[in-house]
Amino acid sequence: MHIVEVRDLRKTYRMGDADVHALDGVSITFDEGDYAAIMGPSGSGKSTLLNLLGCLDRPTSGSYLLGGEDVAALSDNDLSDIRSRRLGFIFQSYNLIPQLTVLENIEVPLYYQGASEAESRRRAEELAEQVGLSHRLGHRPAELSGGQQQRAAIARALVNQPLVLLADEPTGNLDSATGREILALLDDLNRHGRTILMVTHDDSIAKRASRVVRMADGRVISGGR
Amino acid sequence: MITGRLQRTIKLGLKSLWLHKMRSGLTALGIVFGVASVVAMLAIGEGASQEAQEQIRRLGSHNVIVSSVKPPGETSASTSESSFVEYGITYEDLERIETTIPDVDVVVPVREVTQTSYNERRKCDATVVGTVPWFLQIRKIPLLAGRFLSTFDMREQKSLCVINTRVAKDLFPNDNPINLCVKLGGDYYKVIGLVDDSVLSTGTDAKSPTRIYIALTTARSRFGDTTMKFSSGSREFEKVLLHQATVKIGHEENVLETAEAIRVLLSRFHKKKDFELIVPLELLNQAKRTKRIFNIVLGSIAAISLLVGGIGIMNIMLASVTERTREIGIRRALGAKKRDIIVQFLAETVLLSASGGVLGVMLGVGLPILVSYFTKMRTSVTPWSLALAFSISAAVGIIFGLYPAQRAANLDPIEALRHE
Repeated sequence: MHIVEVRDLRKTYRMGDADVHALDGVSITFDEGDYAAIMGPSGSGKSTLLNLLGCLDRPTSGSYLLGGEDVAALSDNDLSDIRSRRLGFIFQSYNLIPQLTVLENIEVPLYYQGASEAESRRRAEELAEQVGLSHRLGHRPAELSGGQQQRAAIARALVNQPLVLLADEPTGNLDSATGREILALLDDLNRHGRTILMVTHDDSIAKRASRVVRMADGRVISGGR
Repeated sequence: MITGRLQRTIKLGLKSLWLHKMRSGLTALGIVFGVASVVAMLAIGEGASQEAQEQIRRLGSHNVIVSSVKPPGETSASTSESSFVEYGITYEDLERIETTIPDVDVVVPVREVTQTSYNERRKCDATVVGTVPWFLQIRKIPLLAGRFLSTFDMREQKSLCVINTRVAKDLFPNDNPINLCVKLGGDYYKVIGLVDDSVLSTGTDAKSPTRIYIALTTARSRFGDTTMKFSSGSREFEKVLLHQATVKIGHEENVLETAEAIRVLLSRFHKKKDFELIVPLELLNQAKRTKRIFNIVLGSIAAISLLVGGIGIMNIMLASVTERTREIGIRRALGAKKRDIIVQFLAETVLLSASGGVLGVMLGVGLPILVSYFTKMRTSVTPWSLALAFSISAAVGIIFGLYPAQRAANLDPIEALRHE
């Protein structure tokens, strides 16, 4: 069974009088343990695809099975639930909540799952240690370096043990040395069996992935399965 | 589980509010003043109305009070040096009331003469009240010492008197006045009793006038029916038989009708309008109506001030939603349902308005105390007004928080994440 199975996915936006096909019939599958880089010029539909895979948006048509569950037509409420239980997000700009501490940021997905406070704390501390942030638990994001912030974001993405980790240019805001550290962390996660789907511009980053999916004009042009 | 979640929601809300202490404080202030003004105004209104009702009740809800008044423009029969007027209710009037009007229990006539009273070298100007033995009971005046006038004293026109506390203080500051004598208009009267007649005085002014009570018959024979006074160089004679009469009605439901009957009866024998009817029950009803109007007016003012406070909250929360668009996007991406976002923002507004409400209630309880202290005005904070003000403030939080919260929840997560 594929962990992600997308069939003929379309996303059409209405812009004035014209229809814009952001995704024009994408079919693709990902298996457990995949490490895929999704590449393409801007406007190619890779961000739209990532949003759909991340259940932040609903397709105009097509089917999407996530872990065998059809999520293409779920309600907003159910999609929220899927996000909190099945998916982990890593963003280019980290997207930590500024008024919360590192530990509290990592706990956020568990809060919306309804986990107990003690259990959340334990899990968050465990993950902070895994990404090497044990000494920064009480700090606010603004007090951390970019690399540390992204590590906190990765810990947060993993805290709910997601089926898929979705990363949108995770090193885009980092200098190359720090970027390499983050990528090494992702490599390590993949080696331990984590499925990672990453959008990137950078060929050198894409090379680290086990699979490169290239997109153009809302279609997959290579690397699809 | 549920309470744990609620606790965390409250904690989160407090944290967000704490982050902008100044802003939160100022916003809450709108509610504080709104609630405080509701509580304080209701307290002042309630105090005023209680006082009015109590004053009226002191007059007795079963009573109808007939007073003699000098008719307007009555300077007739005057030569340049002296004038003579005769007006007011008479003994016949009272007899007619007692015999012809049904459900009249008892009639208490009063005749008042102003005299200077003496005890040795001490003196004070006093109102000498000639009345009947049942005066005390009908006007609900407490007897502090000795006894009141009796029917025997009345029949025998005894030279006995009962003084009020004010007279006792002025004439007998160091002695027990009972069995001592007061000199009035050349005659000596033995003091047989002491009363506290402050219930007769209306108004907040604590000084009750000096009053000396003697039997009506004694008053009539000693002081006559005509009084003379000098005014602007001419002598003015007034003949007033009775100054006041309290008519006690048997049943409260008959008071208003009986009062009307008395008015009609007296009008027939008094061509001039030289009497006046005070019906405490009528005043009481009127006071109740006034209070209702008063409450409506106060309620409207209070509602407006709370509305303004609520708009302040809504304004701040809308700004907060815009400012925290990205946070909302992040939370949505991480699994927050729309409902979670609504609860989060609503919790903040309710916390804001409820804490404003608590402070407002405290301030609102304090204000009337200050008002009472400085103005001697009576105030009364009723528990229901506190409950009302507080629940309105909480409701304001929900009503004015709902729209911003809804707006936050309906943000598109993707758009929100992109927001700078």
